[in-house]
Amino acid sequence: MSAKKETFPKTVGIVVAVCLVCSIVVSGAAVGLRSLQQTNAALDKQSNILHAAGLLEQAKGDIAGTYDAKIERRFVDLNTGEYVDMPADYDMYKAAKVTDKSIKVENSNVGFQRRANVASVYLVKDDSGAVSRIVLPVHGSGLWNLMYGFLAVDNDGNTIRELIYYDQQETPGLGGEVQNPDWQAKWDGKKIYKDGEVAIAVKKNVAADNDYAVDALSGATLTSNGVQNTLDYWLGENGFGPYLNKQPWKS
Amino acid sequence: MSKAKEYKKTLFGPILDNNPIALQVLGVCSALAITTKLETALVMSLALTAVVAFSNLFISMLRHHIPSSVRIIIQMTIIASLVIVVDQILKAYSYEISKQLSVFVGLIITNCIVMGRAEGFAMKNPPMMSLLDGIGNGLGYSFVLIVIGVIKELFGFGTLLGYEILPLVQNGGWYQGNGLLILPFSSFMLIAGLIWVIRTIKPEQVEPKE
Repeated sequence: MSAKKETFPKTVGIVVAVCLVCSIVVSGAAVGLRSLQQTNAALDKQSNILHAAGLLEQAKGDIAGTYDAKIERRFVDLNTGEYVDMPADYDMYKAAKVTDKSIKVENSNVGFQRRANVASVYLVKDDSGAVSRIVLPVHGSGLWNLMYGFLAVDNDGNTIRELIYYDQQETPGLGGEVQNPDWQAKWDGKKIYKDGEVAIAVKKNVAADNDYAVDALSGATLTSNGVQNTLDYWLGENGFGPYLNKQPWKS
Repeated sequence: MSKAKEYKKTLFGPILDNNPIALQVLGVCSALAITTKLETALVMSLALTAVVAFSNLFISMLRHHIPSSVRIIIQMTIIASLVIVVDQILKAYSYEISKQLSVFVGLIITNCIVMGRAEGFAMKNPPMMSLLDGIGNGLGYSFVLIVIGVIKELFGFGTLLGYEILPLVQNGGWYQGNGLLILPFSSFMLIAGLIWVIRTIKPEQVEPKE
């Protein structure tokens, strides 16, 4: 350790040089690989939509092909519940950050401040081209962070088929069990609305014949509450309620 | 010792003679968590080997210029940059596995093996030796991960790399999967067992009684 090495300007110089080189390398890697990563993320999203659509087994690895053949993406004006046309690269989560494309969330503890006026929905077509399921994107806060998922509903607009969370940071083994296939299976066949109100509930000790309730995750009360708030919001009149009520996919 | 022999010792020594997990007991946390499937263990081994090799190389190249007052920070900066690059590459080329490895790729930054080799070896040795030492320690880590990964996946799920070896009862076979082996905690026992085996073969690794 020579004394020369320890002078203050030299120390600063080395630190700055190392930081510069490292930041160039890191940003180079991030920018250079971004398009590949986005392709992967898009494919992952498609496979989650197919999962919610109940087509993942049938797809047998051909995610993009099955998605193109069976899934149609439409846009819904959440205020009216009618279909609207939007550009193909529309992203409802980005639009939620723009003031004139979104509204403030009020009287709900769903966990985010604004939601987009127009939402994407994914229509699942059967072989004859009729809509068999509707996959709705939902999100809301869990214990730690926002949880993003897809809710698949039958074409009666009332029967849940799947609730697939694809992006969440809940505690593994407790709240993270929202992704457990056993828990996901409990949603199949549950009903959303009773006398026009959102009745589906996540609660403890659910009787087997109760069509309006799903067993809460043990040890993860706050995550379960988060799922409840998410569904309350997105299935209610501020979310997809008007759309599921009007059922424009039938006309 | 001749040059070639010295290189060989640096490269292969850490696998059995001076294994980072079994002898130095470093980097155990990630070894416990991601060895449930062989595939994740392999990718993690590859990622760690790449990081420790290149961090050793770069730190060794800079060793005469790194001021000792900020050396840990500079080491961390280099290691962290390498880890981010590895993470980005994984996300681009192996998205599914990068999702399974989740935080553990990021946690390579704090893996004691990387820091330990940078501080303990690369700061004192020339770049070529440091690179070999990094690869060697990566291989030592990989060796343990692969052994544990094979045992856990084969006897826990009856598969290897996803291919069925022992047909499970629930798929109409005869093998009853060992649920205990799937839990991260079983890696503790397996690593302990491995240390025992290595120390039985090489008794000089046993610490002297106090």
